[in-house]
Amino acid sequence: MILLDRVTKSYSKKSDSAALDRISLHIEPKEFVIIVGPSGAGKSTLLKLLTREEKPTSGKIIVGGIDYEQLKDKDIPRLRRRIGVVFQDFKLLPNKTVFENVAFALEIIGISTKEIRHTVPRVLDIVGLKGKEKNMPLELSGGERQRVAIARAIVRQPKILIADEPTGNLDPKHAWDVIRVLEKINRYGTTVLLTTHNQDIVNKLKRRVITFENGKIAGDHSGGSYKV
Amino acid sequence: MNRKLTTLWRIFLSGTNNFVRNAWLSAAAMAVMIITLTIVLFSVIANATFSYTVQQIRDKIDISVYLKDDVTEPQRADLTAGLKKIGNVKSIGYISKEEALKNYIEQNKDNIDLQLAISETDNPLPASLDVKVYNPDQIEPIKTYLEKPDILELQSDQTSYSGDRKEAIDKIAKATSFIRQAGVVGVIVFAFISVLIIFNTIQMAIFNRRDELSIMRLLGAGKWYIRGPFLVESWLIGVASAVVSVVLCNAVFSVANSTLNASSFGLLDITYASNYFAGHFWMIVLSQLGIGMVIGVGSSFVATQRYLRIKDGK
Repeated sequence: MILLDRVTKSYSKKSDSAALDRISLHIEPKEFVIIVGPSGAGKSTLLKLLTREEKPTSGKIIVGGIDYEQLKDKDIPRLRRRIGVVFQDFKLLPNKTVFENVAFALEIIGISTKEIRHTVPRVLDIVGLKGKEKNMPLELSGGERQRVAIARAIVRQPKILIADEPTGNLDPKHAWDVIRVLEKINRYGTTVLLTTHNQDIVNKLKRRVITFENGKIAGDHSGGSYKV
Repeated sequence: MNRKLTTLWRIFLSGTNNFVRNAWLSAAAMAVMIITLTIVLFSVIANATFSYTVQQIRDKIDISVYLKDDVTEPQRADLTAGLKKIGNVKSIGYISKEEALKNYIEQNKDNIDLQLAISETDNPLPASLDVKVYNPDQIEPIKTYLEKPDILELQSDQTSYSGDRKEAIDKIAKATSFIRQAGVVGVIVFAFISVLIIFNTIQMAIFNRRDELSIMRLLGAGKWYIRGPFLVESWLIGVASAVVSVVLCNAVFSVANSTLNASSFGLLDITYASNYFAGHFWMIVLSQLGIGMVIGVGSSFVATQRYLRIKDGK
């Protein structure tokens, strides 16, 4: 599903300051992978490379059969439509309701209003937000907002869901609500890539854990754990 | 409805919403655009009207050759033939003594004193040749011909060259050329200001919505899905401005025609100008819409090109 072969990303020309240094990684379809590591270890850079917000300095990236080297600028929106992304700061549109925020992801790809009316409530139900359709994001708790963001990310049924520290701004209860939703989505067959600092979540989930340090992979263990 | 049509419709709706939501910004852009379009429209109409006025006066320019009473018909025919050989002569009409008297009475029918004076005497008016020319600026060869001694002998009076009219024509021609140039300069200046203001309006709209735009990009919105609403917004500014400018001009002509009851304003023949406006109404509406849309969409296109650089990776 996701393949990285000796991928390096440097923001400056000095070779010793690479954000990612010759990373090789293979993630199978339907896997739930947790990426951990201190700030600046290269987790966010990796996700930005996968969503093609950044281009690698060298190395090969293949996601869902798409070789990023062959990818043209005009194909990038289409790539992003195949990957669901959840951000730490939610990135919801404040002037749109919960329903409209989720519907927005479908509108931009030209899905009909009828289909949107049918699909969005179902997805809101999956993330546990039934009945909150008409609420504005500011009327919701942090956990609920993050679940709206997840609903928006999965409404197009992507094969891959990238969650970049989705629990970073949440209290433990709400953080676990979000994690439970991610597990549910994974059970439906979506590959989930989760970055987090939360030791408790990592240790309780018992999933594959990839540890990043100084732009390199320091550990890759199934059912792994994490110590800060 | 297929996906492309749905998307196009959503882009249009989104642009319309933005236009309404940014009402004040849109109003500022529209104000300048209306001024630009109104100047364009007035320049075109004034130009057409002045050209018409000049042509009208030029057409009236003629040379009257007054003949002595004893000029015979063959002599008159020779004189006519001689004049016709000159290239600039368009037509030659003959006005007999009787016709001249008739015209005189007709022209002065309200002045009883003049009518009495003329009826008391025998017809004092001479017969004349009415020479019309193609180009009133080149009457020298005609003048030279008429001043030949044998030709002068046939003439009873000083030939009339409508000199004062020629001066008027020169004045109008100068005014027309000045107004035309001023119009062109005005249009260029205001078009430039319009472009700048619309450019800034769109730039501010992009700035205000930068978070939304970045989210759209991350969700995989295409370049045109992001750019489209801004183009629709400025297209609407162009269309609305064109409509307002045509309505404004229409109102100005209505007021000038009815309330002021004026037929001319200085050198501007208002009757002709409003007839021109009415006669070319749809052409004017279409060209105003065209200019408005080109200025609006053009500047927005450049602004979005410049400020909507979609970060697709470095």
